[in-house]
Amino acid sequence: MINSTVAWITFRALFGRKRALLFVLPAIVLIVLTLALKSAHNTQSDWAALVLGRVGVGAVVPLTALLVGTSVLGSEIDDNSVMHLLATPVPRRDVIVSKVAVSALVTALFAAVPVLIAGIIAQGPHSLAIGCFLGGVLGSIVYSCVFVFISAALRHPVIYSLAYVALWEELISTLVSGAKYLSVEQWSLGLAHSISGDGDLGSHLTMTPSLVLSAIAVVLTVFYASERLSAFTVRAD
Amino acid sequence: MSAVEQAAVPVDGQETPEPDGPAIVRLDHVTHWYGNVVAVNDITLELGPGVTGLLGPNGAGKSTILHLLSGFLSPSRGSVTIAGVSPWRHPDVFRTVGLVPERDSVYAFLTAREFVTASAKLHKLPEPKAAAERALELVEMTAAADRPIQTYSKGMRQRAKVAAALVHDPKVLLLDEPFNGMDPRQRLHMMDLLRGLGAGGRTILFSSHILEEVEKLADTVQVVVAGRLAASGDYRTIRRLMTTRPHVFKLHSTDDRALAGVLIASVAVQGVELTKDGLEVHASDHGTFTRELAKLSRAAGIGLREVIPSDESLESVFAYLVGA
Repeated sequence: MINSTVAWITFRALFGRKRALLFVLPAIVLIVLTLALKSAHNTQSDWAALVLGRVGVGAVVPLTALLVGTSVLGSEIDDNSVMHLLATPVPRRDVIVSKVAVSALVTALFAAVPVLIAGIIAQGPHSLAIGCFLGGVLGSIVYSCVFVFISAALRHPVIYSLAYVALWEELISTLVSGAKYLSVEQWSLGLAHSISGDGDLGSHLTMTPSLVLSAIAVVLTVFYASERLSAFTVRAD
Repeated sequence: MSAVEQAAVPVDGQETPEPDGPAIVRLDHVTHWYGNVVAVNDITLELGPGVTGLLGPNGAGKSTILHLLSGFLSPSRGSVTIAGVSPWRHPDVFRTVGLVPERDSVYAFLTAREFVTASAKLHKLPEPKAAAERALELVEMTAAADRPIQTYSKGMRQRAKVAAALVHDPKVLLLDEPFNGMDPRQRLHMMDLLRGLGAGGRTILFSSHILEEVEKLADTVQVVVAGRLAASGDYRTIRRLMTTRPHVFKLHSTDDRALAGVLIASVAVQGVELTKDGLEVHASDHGTFTRELAKLSRAAGIGLREVIPSDESLESVFAYLVGA
């Protein structure tokens, strides 16, 4: 399923662009914020859950995934360099799975691991840090699938991905109760809440629906992204 | 049977994989629209081993044909097959096909050696490094192979792309404007390489808008104008057709009206039109007309001030072929 050559080219492409410098920014903001709140006096007792849940899992993970996920395929489609990859007999599903794997790994490294570090800074190796880290890993995987799918299916993937995160997750899913079932953030927080038992994370889902819905999202997005890439057409000049 | 014939699935139950041997490239009444624009219009052609030039002015539909053949476009109507298999949604066709796209977008952060070796690995060749070295030697890129592609000239990038397309020794090689950016020496070397591959039984199709490139390299020519196949076949046959076309000259003399009367009597002239700038003469025989023009005008006591052949451009030749 994972083609090591596709993954290697993707890594090289990802870190060969100046955009790679942006990957670390959300994590830096999270760590700095955590250090600032830790050293501040008179902070709320639930500040750690708020920072790790809302900022870490709810903002750092999707933003990093957006930057990485739209780069691994969208940039190659934009400049047509993807044609060199597609002018080979590699199954398109393997291309998508390899791209998603690289995106998930890099997102986990630049977002989920900093969430763990922030959690340890806040409360030590507590279950909240572990729960948010695992929630962040889940988010890294599912967001990567969603953003790679958007890159394969639509032009201007950054705009659509941003719209999903900003409008759907941050606005609609908080206003419309049913929308939480279609929110990657809620699935991630659901897992984090189930592991940590911390009620301040703002989760509306438990572990089972979070994992089941995540698995369905992964299968569907990988399948449709592969279908879209199989039907990749060159745009007219 | 070759790998592609075993792996690819015939479309609509109508395509039958061809037996092992040269891969035949077929377009059967193929039309392709981009929205409301017809890029390729009812083209039928069949290509076998040898070098074929796809000739046409910019925007004629050459790249669209190559993208249809490489499965990066689906025909709106008609069918496209390579070795009996539709390339659309069949990546296995690339076991048989090598593609050199026109666009200059490559993985510029890789070196040529990395790029070609990656291509060999993607084709799952048993010895990818050795295959990459062979391909780099073929295009004379071994000396610069360890430099990142982003440091290359356009001609060197083209050669790196050709090496990547040749690494699996494909039966069919599709090249979109392969000589763009190459210097004369690189151009000659690439022509020798492609000629050798064609003579070795491979089906080579390259596009160009430069008549001389096609003349030097191609055994057969497919001329595309405005999405239609304007002429097809042996280059010399088409060339003869071109030389019999009426040649248009713009003339200016001391007495245009009198010169028109003199010229219309010549058998080498099909028609004369008096325009505000002088005369527009349609000559049926280029050689006879140019020899007679000076004699006739001198005999009539008319001085020639300007003689401009106005349809010598490739586009004019194509326009004639469309009408022919």
